[in-house]
Amino acid sequence: MTQITYIDIDGTRHECEVENGLSVMEGAVLNSVPGILAICGGSCACSTCHAYIDDTWTERVGGPEDVEDSTLELALERKPTSRLTCQVKVNDSLNGLVVHIANNE
Amino acid sequence: MSETFIVVGAGQAGLQICDSVRKEGYTGQLLLVGDEELAPYQRPPLSKQFLEGELDVDRLPFRPPNFFEKKDITLMLGEAVGRIDVNKKTILIGTREINFHKLAIATGTRVRKLPIPGGELEGVHYLRTVADANGIKDALQNAKSLVAIGGGFIGLEIAAVARKMGLAVSVIEAQGRLMERAVSPTISEYFSKVHSDAGVNVLLNSAVSSIGKREEGFVITLADGQEIKTDMCVAGIGAVPNVEIAEAAGVECNNGIVVDCFGRTSLEDVFAAGDCTMHENAKLKVRHRLESVQNAVDQAKTVAAIMMGLEKPYEQIPWFWSDQYDKKLQMVGRSKDADEEVLRGQPSEHSFSVFYFKEGNLIGVESVNQAKDHMLGRKMLNNDIHLTTTQAADETLDLKTLTS
Repeated sequence: MTQITYIDIDGTRHECEVENGLSVMEGAVLNSVPGILAICGGSCACSTCHAYIDDTWTERVGGPEDVEDSTLELALERKPTSRLTCQVKVNDSLNGLVVHIANNE
Repeated sequence: MSETFIVVGAGQAGLQICDSVRKEGYTGQLLLVGDEELAPYQRPPLSKQFLEGELDVDRLPFRPPNFFEKKDITLMLGEAVGRIDVNKKTILIGTREINFHKLAIATGTRVRKLPIPGGELEGVHYLRTVADANGIKDALQNAKSLVAIGGGFIGLEIAAVARKMGLAVSVIEAQGRLMERAVSPTISEYFSKVHSDAGVNVLLNSAVSSIGKREEGFVITLADGQEIKTDMCVAGIGAVPNVEIAEAAGVECNNGIVVDCFGRTSLEDVFAAGDCTMHENAKLKVRHRLESVQNAVDQAKTVAAIMMGLEKPYEQIPWFWSDQYDKKLQMVGRSKDADEEVLRGQPSEHSFSVFYFKEGNLIGVESVNQAKDHMLGRKMLNNDIHLTTTQAADETLDLKTLTS
């Protein structure tokens, strides 16, 4: 289990334990964190699991690959720290990760 | 007395209606009724990652089990829905007659069965539910060959999985090209080549006349007399909208439950969303029935709004996707009305898009491994950004500059 903190759009912190191997998106869905819609189910086909990686974590998480980068084009307010959370896999090295959920409505 | 909303059909649209009415502030009773035993789950992976064993059944549900309690949604699973009485405003669920104030129907579709001898033999697989997918997954483990009857998304996605597992695969399509209802000839032709290159025996213009069961598997007989032996057989020849309960209640149906752009049926306080609807799209100014995630979700939001008394027209541009091997096919808009098409990129490089125009206006984009074009196409179509055929063809032009 890896600890991930999701900060929703209202600023509420959701501290969650997420199983390694799942995506950061799945971790949010399983813990009923509001704001991660993920309507395509993690196929990198929509952009409704958009979040900003906390500044202290961007280097460790890394940036998006091609398809994700293109898909982020549809996200409402893209920033340099934007990621689609369905494409970020959870592992031990992300223990303590903090992400800020974007406006996905 | 508090109000009661009942949502029939616990798929993606039904779940979204429940989620959205709560988000809109609905505090009354909310019932979500489904005929399957499993809480609402994702169907798209069933023909892809689920069959490959990449995604197991625990990861299919849209929401964790406690979601329904938290949102005060009464989830009624494994329940058959009977008569709807619109005058008394009651619906029969199992053996109980329950009163409603507003009713939403999101009953989806069921598979179309092959209307030929052998079409319903045990071991002739169809795919709709997780139970169906489990059956296919098990059969794939022991089979050395597979015949997919129907060259649509389902048949081709399963064919791709089976080829990757090393089975000998044939795809039999009655029409002259693959995915005929959904994509343009350019894309059909490209995917014919992709499957042929992967070793799939693609048979077009080939009708199946019967399926026979032998001790060692099946024999598929084509209309021209050709026989194909196979260990397993999957048919994906389309879906039929589940309109029966609506029709019996007096709701107007025509290849789907007829709804306006607000999700209203012909009867007061009865709404419908998702694959089962013949609906109006306010932006495209067309009436059609779609089977897709996007349609289920967006139409459900419209229905949730109207149930709360808010008119929010359904006007989203349709989009779809399909994964076959390492090729991601993405579609937006309606390419079939096109009078001109422009190719951007090269099919031989397995990364390209086809832009479709009607009377000089962009109406759709179909892309293979070219997510950027797809996303920009969606932006342009949703925001009425004009693109010329010359711009679409100019690969030195970054299309993004037109949308920002």
